[in-house]
Amino acid sequence: MIVVEDVRFSYPGGVEALKGVSLTVKNGEFVAIMGQNGAGKTTLVKHFNGLLKPTSGVVRVNGVETSRSSVAALARNVGFVFQNPDHQLFCETVDDEIAFALKNFGYEQTVIEKRITWAVNLLGLSQYRKTSPFMLSGGERKRVALASVLAWDPQILVLDEPTIGQDHRQKENLRQFIMQLQTQGKTIVMVTHDVEFVAECNPRVVLMREGKIMADGQGKQILTNSELLEQASIVLPQVAQIFKHLITQGFPLNIIDIYEAKNLLMEKLEKNKT
Amino acid sequence: MPIIETKNLSYTYPSASRPSIQDISIKVEKGEFVLITGPSGCGKTTLCRTFNGLIPHFYQGELKGEITVAGKNAAKQPTMEMAKHVGMVFQNPENQLFALSVEKDVAFGLENLGFDRKEMRERVNWALKLTGIYDLRERSPHEMSGGQQQRVAIAAVLAMQPEIIVLDEPTSFLDPLSAEKIFEVIYDLNQKLGLTVVLVEHRLDLTAKYANHIIIMDEGKICFDGKPREVLSKQETRLIGVGIPKATLLYEMLKKEGAKLGNTTPLCSKELADMVQEALK
Repeated sequence: MIVVEDVRFSYPGGVEALKGVSLTVKNGEFVAIMGQNGAGKTTLVKHFNGLLKPTSGVVRVNGVETSRSSVAALARNVGFVFQNPDHQLFCETVDDEIAFALKNFGYEQTVIEKRITWAVNLLGLSQYRKTSPFMLSGGERKRVALASVLAWDPQILVLDEPTIGQDHRQKENLRQFIMQLQTQGKTIVMVTHDVEFVAECNPRVVLMREGKIMADGQGKQILTNSELLEQASIVLPQVAQIFKHLITQGFPLNIIDIYEAKNLLMEKLEKNKT
Repeated sequence: MPIIETKNLSYTYPSASRPSIQDISIKVEKGEFVLITGPSGCGKTTLCRTFNGLIPHFYQGELKGEITVAGKNAAKQPTMEMAKHVGMVFQNPENQLFALSVEKDVAFGLENLGFDRKEMRERVNWALKLTGIYDLRERSPHEMSGGQQQRVAIAAVLAMQPEIIVLDEPTSFLDPLSAEKIFEVIYDLNQKLGLTVVLVEHRLDLTAKYANHIIIMDEGKICFDGKPREVLSKQETRLIGVGIPKATLLYEMLKKEGAKLGNTTPLCSKELADMVQEALK
């Protein structure tokens, strides 16, 4: 469980990126943090593994106060996948990259080998095991970074913009994979701008703006509230846009799912025929 | 004459075992808005790197076939020469920015081409305003957010006023509203100035409506090349990892169940909503 209590954070140089944030993420929850560029999303999640320590206020992860713990100790429970994979990758091969943290955590070679195989298969990287991450495309490097974190099986997973550079099929794989992790009781916090991806997952959505939380609720509610989204510099998902254009036809206003949309539209069109 | 034309273009990176692009023959006409899409690793970025000569000059490796850009052989001309014709915006803005202030970064290309001070100032301000970062002009790009950095990179390219702008997932770090604004800016330049745009994108939900030419690649080859409405209504595109716009998919689902809607495939929510309105009249 992650508990954030009235956290303020200023970067050296004086920019106050968090202006009093309180948030609780329970075990097994799936939360998407969304909002404008510069709203403080990444700053907030960097507090979850102690990369940043609050200027004032408290962050507790599984009861441990992050300012009294090291990143190394927190990392075991909180896996962090950065927005830019180049900030994370440094080894000569994909295999070494994934093995790095596992070695640091002191796993045996046979276990490490198994975990690598599991992770590369899961993320479709098995043909690149001996390749340098820097020879791979942006989207592939992103998956290497994800594989290297998943391999040590952290309880809490923080994903900063996981869908950048990923094609449709990989996003679908990622979505199914997140669902699978959820059934295992993992906690997933995802920072993202990808409204379509969030609409497909329908997680809890936390909206941030100028260092504060401006809304918190289920995806279906938040992602269909166009006024709220506009303030957070987010556009409505496509399906919600269609219903906004059709507002005079009396459709319900909280539709983000394409199948639900199809059924509603079909029903209306049929009725109109008779 | 096409502004970009390739004939049987293939390229293999140094030390790679197989070509990243293979036998690519495409034509882009002046003033087109071209969308290049396809699964991750399909060769989209590699193809774009041939347009300004980064391949083969910077990346080396083996390039076969022909490439003509703005009437020049891009494989033979120095990259500097091609830079006057082709502006590139990359996926990761950090690789592109280096100056101590936003203004200097945007002015850098112009300084290199020897523009006088007055024109440089005008162009820099024009580009900063277009991309909505005029107020940030004295900040350091390195202390800005990913999205703001991406705008600086785009402004720096726009300031050069090239004939062709190539954008490789230029808004992936931007929030959706900022992304939409950037696409609107690019679309506007395309419409008003006749700027040729080549956009690499996965998110067709956001971009299909701007394009009048779409190229879909898979495993280094061209699979589809044509008009967006025609290409995106082909069922074969569903087999490749291409994110067909939701409005297009929803339209197909409705048609399949026998809904009486018009026959023009919609590419965005507005178009589909209009068709439904029409049918409900």
